[in-house]
Amino acid sequence: MKFTLHVWRQSGPNARGEMKQYEATGVNPDMSFLEMLDVVNQELIARGEEPIAFDHDCREGICGSCGIVINGVPHGPRRRLANGKIEAKTTCQTYMRDFTDGQHLWLEPWRAGAFPVIKDLVVDRSAFDRIMQAGGYISANTGGAPDGNAILIPKRDQEKAMDAAQCIGCGACVAACKNASAMLFVAAKVSHLGILPQGQPERAQRVVRMVEQMDKEGFGNCTNYMECEAACPKEISRQFIARMNRDYLWAQTQDLETTSSGGAG
Amino acid sequence: MQLNSNVPPGPLAEKWQKHRFEMKLVNPANKRKYKILVVGTGLAGASAAASLAELGYQVETFCFQDSPRRAHSIAAQGGINAAKNYQNDGDSVFRLFYDTIKGGDFRAREANVYRLAEVSVNIIDQCVAQGVPFSREYGGQLENRSFGGAQVSRTFYCRGQTGQQLLLGAYSALCRQISLGNVKSHPRTEMLDLVVVGGRARGIVVRDLVTGQVSSYVGDAVLLATGGYSPVYFLSTNAKGCNVTATYRAFKRGACFANPCYTQIHPTCIPVTGDYQSKLTLMSESLRNDGRIWVPKTPGDKRSPDQIPESERDYYLERRYPSFGNLAPRDIASRAAKMVCDEGRGVGPGGRGVYLDFSDAIRRRGEKYIRDKYGNLFDMYAHITHEDPYKTPMRIYPALHYTMGGLWVDYNLMSNIPGLFVLGEANFSDHGANRLGASALMQGLADGYFVVPYTLGNFLAGCAPGGVSETAPEFKQAEQEVSDRLKKLLAIKGNRSATWFHRELGKVMWDDCGMARSEKSLKKALARIPELREQFWREAGVPGNGQGLSPALEEAGRVADFLEFAELLCIDALHRNESCGGHFREEYQTPDGEAQRNDAEFSYVAAWQYQGQDKPPALHKEPLVWETVHPSIRSYK
Repeated sequence: MKFTLHVWRQSGPNARGEMKQYEATGVNPDMSFLEMLDVVNQELIARGEEPIAFDHDCREGICGSCGIVINGVPHGPRRRLANGKIEAKTTCQTYMRDFTDGQHLWLEPWRAGAFPVIKDLVVDRSAFDRIMQAGGYISANTGGAPDGNAILIPKRDQEKAMDAAQCIGCGACVAACKNASAMLFVAAKVSHLGILPQGQPERAQRVVRMVEQMDKEGFGNCTNYMECEAACPKEISRQFIARMNRDYLWAQTQDLETTSSGGAG
Repeated sequence: MQLNSNVPPGPLAEKWQKHRFEMKLVNPANKRKYKILVVGTGLAGASAAASLAELGYQVETFCFQDSPRRAHSIAAQGGINAAKNYQNDGDSVFRLFYDTIKGGDFRAREANVYRLAEVSVNIIDQCVAQGVPFSREYGGQLENRSFGGAQVSRTFYCRGQTGQQLLLGAYSALCRQISLGNVKSHPRTEMLDLVVVGGRARGIVVRDLVTGQVSSYVGDAVLLATGGYSPVYFLSTNAKGCNVTATYRAFKRGACFANPCYTQIHPTCIPVTGDYQSKLTLMSESLRNDGRIWVPKTPGDKRSPDQIPESERDYYLERRYPSFGNLAPRDIASRAAKMVCDEGRGVGPGGRGVYLDFSDAIRRRGEKYIRDKYGNLFDMYAHITHEDPYKTPMRIYPALHYTMGGLWVDYNLMSNIPGLFVLGEANFSDHGANRLGASALMQGLADGYFVVPYTLGNFLAGCAPGGVSETAPEFKQAEQEVSDRLKKLLAIKGNRSATWFHRELGKVMWDDCGMARSEKSLKKALARIPELREQFWREAGVPGNGQGLSPALEEAGRVADFLEFAELLCIDALHRNESCGGHFREEYQTPDGEAQRNDAEFSYVAAWQYQGQDKPPALHKEPLVWETVHPSIRSYK
């Protein structure tokens, strides 16, 4: 197979970028999309040119590093599976057999103000880390935890928490959203911890702090287009956004001030 | 040099308790005066960093990924072992200890393994407290499944994403400490050297991968939690970024590297399909709970699997190892797969594959049951192979997955360089010559949550904080050496990518030092590796000037280290004239093809010490002391 690639090249965070054209020839249909890029990069290196920079690591859809907008779709166009479902996948789980021989492919980085481009297809997603630092945890110091079976968790709650916890933090939801909203990412974490009994003590302050940080990072708001859910490689449901909104509203009624009286000595 | 394991005296079951009491403490008010550098943010690194920060130490973390949450622990699928005995099936701390020692083919240190089994129960509790959504029974209690090498059900799991959930737990604890100002996180920052001042590890030299700038960090202790070295074989189940650089650089600064030849080849991976392939994908061992492994009885049988009747199939693991069957340990299952493929009975293109068949389980329990349990793994398989594993059996073949060898550490997880601690897969201590499934996550978290927070305090209590700055000549010299090497890489200006060399090295390692090794093959590899290394420094091409983000430069540096480290691995494999666990020397096998250990001569840890460029490393032996267990023939029949 052969392809014509149009790739966003930008030498640094403050440089001007442009689409550049490359030919990918001798492509095996069973190659993954990133393996096809590896081959293109090897040819660039042989010619002494800078290879195309893209983030990747595990190459099995779990680390959340990779993310290329291919022909306008974050992580690339999705096939309809034999069972009628639309496949959910990351860029690294995209295979060349899913494209047509001779096709033109447009490769762009995630586009969002809160994800500045570092180079070529690599963006800075540290905003997600800062949102997590704002409250995406349960305060449980190491040591002294009660027996794992001391808190019984109904299977349906655990399953629902796990559905949300599967988020890999890739940022495709942001890239897919016309508002560059991070609601699906934040909702997934808020819900994972908010559903579980262990997450209840900090539930109100968690949702408030994470949402505040999300706004501070410059992500847009949700206007219910649901593109995020369609783009999510882990099929995180939009219902978690509704859940987060409910939690956020409820949290406004809670007393979030913490007072400390200090040691009585 | 005498390597002292510092295993405390006393009965096995009391060593850790007693040691914990006897270790010195650092006064709470003094803890904040100590700076700890943690390199790597996988399970071991993130859990250690968070726990140490909770105690009050100043911590800085470093990872090459763009976020600590993306460390390769995230990809672990199957589960984590703990001796909870929730299933009432006869598990105990001692049984987990014994299974692990036996699984490691009696090549691990007793006291370390016992402690691992002991703290395993605390790990589950800690993770539950953090909100890790472990699988539950309908009554709300934690669920378990079985893994290879054990006859009890002690593996806790979160669907097929256990590593992800445990890492997100540790990462969330880390996030909390970052927000409290106790941890400073440096993502996209790669450690390129260790700095030793006055015989003590005092810092690291790093490269900021975004700006390209080289700089140093000073600490009172350095913790390496940088994972294993599987990608020395190029194709492995590890992430593309996994590398040996941090541990190999520490080796070159004097830290001993122990048992590098103990590599784990996982039996259930998706077979190689082409030369362009960049990595292999693991199918969790948990699949062997319900899948049955088989090949046709007749060599060269090309019929599709559904055309091969039951009577013409060879369920070779069930036949050869009736008591463990498809749950035989990894090294044994891998070798058995190689053996049937060598006989010409392999399936799929190239004949390097065996079937992992779920049709019995689907018939017995229904497709929904299988989908609930392994859905994401089946999806992953379908993505890669374009086949439907609910309908046709999966094809699998062994691949490099984990490395048991690593930097030598004592009972306190400190290397032979004072102040340098090594955690998780990066050290050598707990898995001997073969690791059992669901034990890597356990060890990473044991080291980080429950071992190093105690042992590091004991070390720090004996030294005053600070006293060294990054202007010290040792730091300046190390920085200079790092910069010179980067410049040297950029100056080769050849036209072969580092990937090309990496792939070539991988072929040599897989063919000559893979699932089976011999004196002849190892000598061949030892002749070829230096040639390849020399060619690398002559012909490799690294475009750019080293400023800004440069993935090609990062890769070239890592490949250059693999090209040196590969030799150390082969030297170790050649010296160990026995077969044990993942190290299978063709010359040393029983008549029925099982590994033949030589306890009289090789019951020791082989710790190698760097002696200088182009000089053979020096071998130091730490004898394995058997106080409780008596090494026996490891049988799973």
